[in-house]
Amino acid sequence: MASISLKVNGKVYQIEAEDDIPLLWALRDHVGLVGTKYGCGIAQCGSCTVLVGGVATRSCMMPAKSLGEAEIITIEGLAENGGKALQDAWVEHDTPQCGYCQAGQIISAAGLLKSNPNPTDEEIDTAMRGNICRCGSYVRIKAAIKTAIKKGGVVA
Amino acid sequence: MTKINLSRRGFIKVTGLAGSGLVLGFHWAGCTPVRPAEAAKVVLEPNAYIKILSDGMVTLMSPVPEIGQGIKTAIPMIIAEELDVSWDNVIIEQAPLAPDLYVRQSAGGSQAVRQLWTTVRTAGAAGRRMLMEAAAREWKVPVAELTTSEGIINHGKSGNSIGYGDIASKANDIEVPEEVTLKDPGNFKIIGTSKKNVDVRDIVEGKPLFGMDMKKEGTVIAMITHPPAFGMKPKSVDDSAARAIPGIKDVFTITVFPEDIETRWSGNNAFPELVVVTGESTWNVMKAKKALKIEWETVTPGENTEDHMKQMESQISGKMTAPDRIDGDPKAAFRKAVKVIERTYSAPFLPHNTMEPMNFYAHVTGDKIELEGPTQTPQRLRDITAQIMGIPEENITVNILRAGGGFGRRLYGHYGVEAAVISKRINAPVHLIYTREDDMTQGTYRPDYRVRYKAGIDANNNLVALTVSGTGTNGGPVASNRFPAGALDHYAAKNYSLKSNISTGAWRAPRSNFIAGAEQSFLDEVAEACGKNPMDFRLELLERAKNDPVGEKNDYDPDRFIALLNLIKEKCEWGNKVEGVHRGISAYYCHNSYIAQVIDIEMKDNKPVIKKAWCAVDCGIVINLDGAKNQVEGGIMDGIGHALYGNITFKDGVVDQKNFDTYRLIRHGEGPEAVETYFIDNDIDPTGLGEPALPPVAGALANALYRATGKRLYHQPYILELEGREINLG
Repeated sequence: MASISLKVNGKVYQIEAEDDIPLLWALRDHVGLVGTKYGCGIAQCGSCTVLVGGVATRSCMMPAKSLGEAEIITIEGLAENGGKALQDAWVEHDTPQCGYCQAGQIISAAGLLKSNPNPTDEEIDTAMRGNICRCGSYVRIKAAIKTAIKKGGVVA
Repeated sequence: MTKINLSRRGFIKVTGLAGSGLVLGFHWAGCTPVRPAEAAKVVLEPNAYIKILSDGMVTLMSPVPEIGQGIKTAIPMIIAEELDVSWDNVIIEQAPLAPDLYVRQSAGGSQAVRQLWTTVRTAGAAGRRMLMEAAAREWKVPVAELTTSEGIINHGKSGNSIGYGDIASKANDIEVPEEVTLKDPGNFKIIGTSKKNVDVRDIVEGKPLFGMDMKKEGTVIAMITHPPAFGMKPKSVDDSAARAIPGIKDVFTITVFPEDIETRWSGNNAFPELVVVTGESTWNVMKAKKALKIEWETVTPGENTEDHMKQMESQISGKMTAPDRIDGDPKAAFRKAVKVIERTYSAPFLPHNTMEPMNFYAHVTGDKIELEGPTQTPQRLRDITAQIMGIPEENITVNILRAGGGFGRRLYGHYGVEAAVISKRINAPVHLIYTREDDMTQGTYRPDYRVRYKAGIDANNNLVALTVSGTGTNGGPVASNRFPAGALDHYAAKNYSLKSNISTGAWRAPRSNFIAGAEQSFLDEVAEACGKNPMDFRLELLERAKNDPVGEKNDYDPDRFIALLNLIKEKCEWGNKVEGVHRGISAYYCHNSYIAQVIDIEMKDNKPVIKKAWCAVDCGIVINLDGAKNQVEGGIMDGIGHALYGNITFKDGVVDQKNFDTYRLIRHGEGPEAVETYFIDNDIDPTGLGEPALPPVAGALANALYRATGKRLYHQPYILELEGREINLG
């Protein structure tokens, strides 16, 4: 067991957990933020994506104790951290079907727009390729990203 | 206008409202941002679907499990329409399982809207009528002089008006009307418009909605390990390393389903015996699960993909005896034919891969059980749990949560029963969670299929005879009375079935999800052999089925099919050739709805790129226009993805693909860039849309790929054939 300090959505959490606990389970079981989802556990589906220092990161294989002081933003904190336009665009396009993967999709889009505010279609596809939507909402996700860009994108 | 007699529908007014609780925490249908701080009281429950609140807001119950098909939005839209309230004043609440109050609380077969249509319209209309009767009594005027509009009752002559919330308290002694009049579809104000998914705001903000997200005090995390191969069971378990992991509570083996249990639906798991680990947190339990050393024993032999394909090939290769349907004399017709085309199509097992893996909460206390989680069939789950646990059904509650995908997988609620068995064993509330690997290797797969078509063409280039024989694990895919049956003088169809210890289940549009693509690819090839345009060829056959149908059991309406093809033909400007665009057409009828699709492909760097999909739909009255389009877009993406990439293979009973590193799902940028969907405008009672948009797309895709690459595709996943990597059975 280890005492791990995490800075999530601007707040510092001190948790007691396994040495090797991945960020995903630290967030879900210890911090109590369940918006970040488990999908595959091997960083292949993107459901667990969070921002670490502004970079879209798969939390299911990221050891929590490796993060140190890094700023972690989850879907719960995205609106207050510049991502509201994305969430609104997702609503505007009525993007989700089942909705389970969408937090990861939105966070990946936020990571993309932070580093590249005006991506081409191909850049969007490349950046989003790690996020699976089993319901097949890809057309709407792309449309929502483009709408969000028009409405101000992600405020860094 | 339709008059409905309520006495036959068993509507009961919900009584006992005194002291009924405050209404908190529900989802706002109209995405109204803030709810007033002081919660309004429920003042009238005309029936189990409706609660009228003192502030004029209305709570509508959504009885059907939401799995991504949009039913939690669609059913309340229908109730709100007939109740005549503004969508902005509606609050939606997911109903728990209550078979005494609701009809068919199940998500399956694309049947929810179709089968609840009249019932929930009647519920809304009955509520409206009771409020009107209360107002008529109050104002001492005949009820016939009253009208309603968006939650307000008006009396034109006196100019009186009153809101539902204000009159509701005076309607408690109004009897449920014996008869109500339903709206004329021409007067619909909500049905046919676009309303956003009622949970969309919560979804994009990451609110806890799913079974995986629920945290209840004292809940123990449980995980299972099932055998690595179909046909195996656990022999012995060395749990010393697992137990040494901090936070682990227990390791034990359970047999959930005894041999004499009904093995369908929730009583069905190919692995009735499971090794269970319980502990304090998910990560600990995951680690302990990996640390188990289990010895397995073989009960029945493990199977191989290639053996399956060979066995199926031999089943459909023989002479067809005792066909399921025969018209005319196909044998004689083939002898007279100038050209005979024979083609074989196949597809592999597919896992459902809902993004939210199987999981369920159970708490057994004495002779009571609390169940909560994602399920498509809460009642079957309850009934089989009652049977297994020896506890009366009425002592079991099932709380239905939004499911992170269904696709048929959660028709099989074995994981809920397993949670209950574990809860009883450890005497604590349990959240059972399957890992992705547990989920993908558990079975309940879309069966593998193989089908052979044979067509005879006469000297005038007419299709005169067609036969089809098909097989699949635990049942063949052929629907013998569907098109082109009825359009041909000489026709025969036959289904075979292959026995296997690999478990199969309903997967989005069962059977149709394969046979539609095979049939529509074959008809395309036959059209070409006849020298006909594939669109005109289909229309000719449908004209024949309309004007001079063969047989009496044809289960499609040629008129609706023809109108559908004409709609897509017009919308996609069929026949208007665009340089570099290669088109494929497909059309299919299943789940009571008609779908036609066109796929446009362009070649880029010698590789096919799917540019666009067009879709025409006849599902009768459309409830939620944009929600319906979303289902169509998803069905197309899903159908393309699985036809191109989906593949579960076996070696000695062991599944080769265990997670998304080896199992390929369609990803961003791999499907069409745009989807255009058009609906036939009619007043036919609505039919389903969760499934029907998927099956035909494999045909449209294969036909477009043929025009783009010159290569006909017969065996899914198509990517192997496109890349020349298919399995050779020779």
